[in-house]
Amino acid sequence: MGVPVERSAPEESMSGPVLRLAGITRRFGDVLANDGISLELAVGEILALLGENGAGKTTLMNVLFGHYLADSGTIEVAGSDGALRPLRPGAPRAALDAGIGMVHQHFALADNLSALDNVVLGTEPLLRPLRHRVAARERIKALMARSGLTVDLDAPIRALSVGERQRVEILKALYRDARILILDEPTAVLTPQETDELFVILQGLAARGLAIVFISHKLGEVLALSRRIVVLRAGKVVAGLLTGEAGREQLAELMVGRPVPPTVREPLDPGRPVLELEDVDVDHADGRPSLREVTLAVREREIVGIAGVAGNGQAGLADLLSGLLRVSRGTVRLCGEDARTWQPATFAARRIARIPEDRERHGVIAEMSIWENLALADRQRPEVQRLGWLRRGAMRARAGHIMATYDVRAQGPDAKVGLLSGGNMQKLILGRELERDPPFILADQPTRGLDVGAVADVHRRLLAARAQGAGILLISEDLDELLAIADRIAVLHRGRLSAALPTEQLSVRALGLMMAHAA
Amino acid sequence: MRLEPRAHPPLALTLAAPVAAAALALLICALPLAWAGAPVLAAYGRILQGALGSVFALTETLARATPLILTGLAAAVAFRAKLWNIGAEGQLYAGALAAVAVGSGALGLSGLLLMPAVVLVGALAGALLLLVPALLKVRLGVDEVVTTLLLNFVVLLFVQMMLEGPLQDPMGMGWPQSPPVLPEAELPELLPRTRLHLGLVIALVLAGLAWLYTTRTVFGFEARAVGANVEAARYAGMPVARVLLRTALISGALAGIAGASEVAGLKGYLTQDLSPGFGYAGIVVAMLAQLNPLGCIASALFVAGVFVGADSMSRALGVSSYLANLIVATALLTMLLATLVTRYRLRRS
Repeated sequence: MGVPVERSAPEESMSGPVLRLAGITRRFGDVLANDGISLELAVGEILALLGENGAGKTTLMNVLFGHYLADSGTIEVAGSDGALRPLRPGAPRAALDAGIGMVHQHFALADNLSALDNVVLGTEPLLRPLRHRVAARERIKALMARSGLTVDLDAPIRALSVGERQRVEILKALYRDARILILDEPTAVLTPQETDELFVILQGLAARGLAIVFISHKLGEVLALSRRIVVLRAGKVVAGLLTGEAGREQLAELMVGRPVPPTVREPLDPGRPVLELEDVDVDHADGRPSLREVTLAVREREIVGIAGVAGNGQAGLADLLSGLLRVSRGTVRLCGEDARTWQPATFAARRIARIPEDRERHGVIAEMSIWENLALADRQRPEVQRLGWLRRGAMRARAGHIMATYDVRAQGPDAKVGLLSGGNMQKLILGRELERDPPFILADQPTRGLDVGAVADVHRRLLAARAQGAGILLISEDLDELLAIADRIAVLHRGRLSAALPTEQLSVRALGLMMAHAA
Repeated sequence: MRLEPRAHPPLALTLAAPVAAAALALLICALPLAWAGAPVLAAYGRILQGALGSVFALTETLARATPLILTGLAAAVAFRAKLWNIGAEGQLYAGALAAVAVGSGALGLSGLLLMPAVVLVGALAGALLLLVPALLKVRLGVDEVVTTLLLNFVVLLFVQMMLEGPLQDPMGMGWPQSPPVLPEAELPELLPRTRLHLGLVIALVLAGLAWLYTTRTVFGFEARAVGANVEAARYAGMPVARVLLRTALISGALAGIAGASEVAGLKGYLTQDLSPGFGYAGIVVAMLAQLNPLGCIASALFVAGVFVGADSMSRALGVSSYLANLIVATALLTMLLATLVTRYRLRRS
């Protein structure tokens, strides 16, 4: 069985390690992704692997799971008798057989198959598959009852929410008798409520003896869930400590390698409104309603935050303010002009900054160079072209300037944007958009997937733009972020927007309640 | 063994890979050659000699490369914007038809203007023909792979109709062929008593222009952006539909010029077998060149050399000239393998 049926208190069974990594080193070209990493995992323990993007967390877990080969180092996994045995490197099959289960950040599920099929996939015997399915269903039901990971087994994956899909992934691992579960950034796609539910389930599983590695860069979650924390930086283990003895600021400093100054939002007097939405209805391209009777104003020198669970109209609001969708009813005014019929090009021409939710889909063209990406929206401007000919020298120089100002780390202006880390990509987009000195900024999930250092950078830039006089609409699922930098916060729920309340009157708890119920 | 992406492919490898790929293709094709009963080494010797071995062979290869450069460019420009123009063959015939209609004196043009007019109407006909599927794509979302491919057959049948009707040569003894173009309309020979004509110069100049367009102009920049990530291009305010229509006009015009150049430079009149699949071979040329317009020159020369050489080899040794198609197809596959090798490295377990 995946989860040992009844175990005594986890403290007792935490005697021997279930997994031991020793001296794992992995090099990619000139980059040492893992540099002599050693760590141990005990039965029933939740170990948090904390580190910034690019610190080597995912590489390490991919080495463990056999997706990559380590250049040196050993991996040992305890067998059913508790004795450690070396794991055959470079073989995911061996890792599976040794009881290691992995839930990737991007799920590996077949959309058109049912949850049951996805769990069973790859384990069916060739003969008598039907009989196997009946037995499998019973086993999964038992697993669900014990773990709390309930899903509709007959629903196709595409009909399930992201949180439910994640449960299917965990069930898949448990069904294969995993004794070690690796979760790579599992909360990146979840709402605060779903995150809480996941944590309860994981703690229950650990109490039954499952050893869990929780990969994350979110300090709050690591502190809430784990028993022990290992901090990685630049491929090395820089600290290993018990969660009870760790502090937030200490962890942030360990991760980043330098003190991270807390973000400070100076109070400012807002000016005239730059964005005015009045009684706005928006429908998706396929006719489904997105926004209903939304009224909102964003003024100069203020950040208005939009909180809400994904899928409550954020996409419609962002598309409306990027020129991808139009209102079906109501008025939209930007900088005093009627913006109801604006195209994406109009937004660019009016110097409005748009930071899209999906960087790689809307924000950049991965296979083009940095300097080309900086010119996408500005290609008609005289700095970029003369009589239809690209001014490549001027564009490269401009790219160099933006890279220096916004600390975009890459080999040079000719580097392909697809090779940049998420944080550097976002800094590039910020640089491109903020360099126009925009009167209005749409920031849609601007820090999603970024690490502590990059998040602080983005916040600092947005606050600086606010001080310069910009009005900013910040759509975010990260309540801490909203409370840290927004002046007022409104909640989107089923396409309707609450009144924007001053941040001083709000808390995570209050916002969570507003998000869950109609505000 | 596993594949790992290389951050920076070494230059030597990038240059050596295509050569190795061509060699590998020849190695693989030794088997069917031997099967066909030809002495393999002698056969390859014949191919080399037939393609490059004499001034005549060289001019034949260059003459054959001329339409291939143009259809290769047509495919490269379109594919770069992810406009899948599979209809260069049809656009080539449309260009040839228009060129013959004007060049044989039907419009009453003559003198110095006639030759440029022939090339221009050829370009125009090809451009307009591709504009139709492109409009269907941007307005109604009709898949251009299907429409451009099927239009090839429509155009071929239309050409047949014209050659058996209004455009039939009254002096042609009833053969389905057009009247010859007027001498003023002909693209002049580059070397006397060879089939090499001004079309080659036009093709080379257009390759240079296409390269400038792709890498140096705002229009080309937009086309590349739309091809690489259409959603990001739209988000940045690029007029995606206009970019695709512009690309269609350029691509169709290049293929149309290929037809006009064959009629006015090589054949002198239009028949239904003007092109032995130059339009389709252009796709191979473009893929071999990795959609680089200047690379299209080299890959067109390679493909043309193999065809001309294999023709000569098949005549000399009495084996099927379809072996040429086989060699070109194998070369395409090995070349794709070569690009894989330059982009990835093998790592031993």
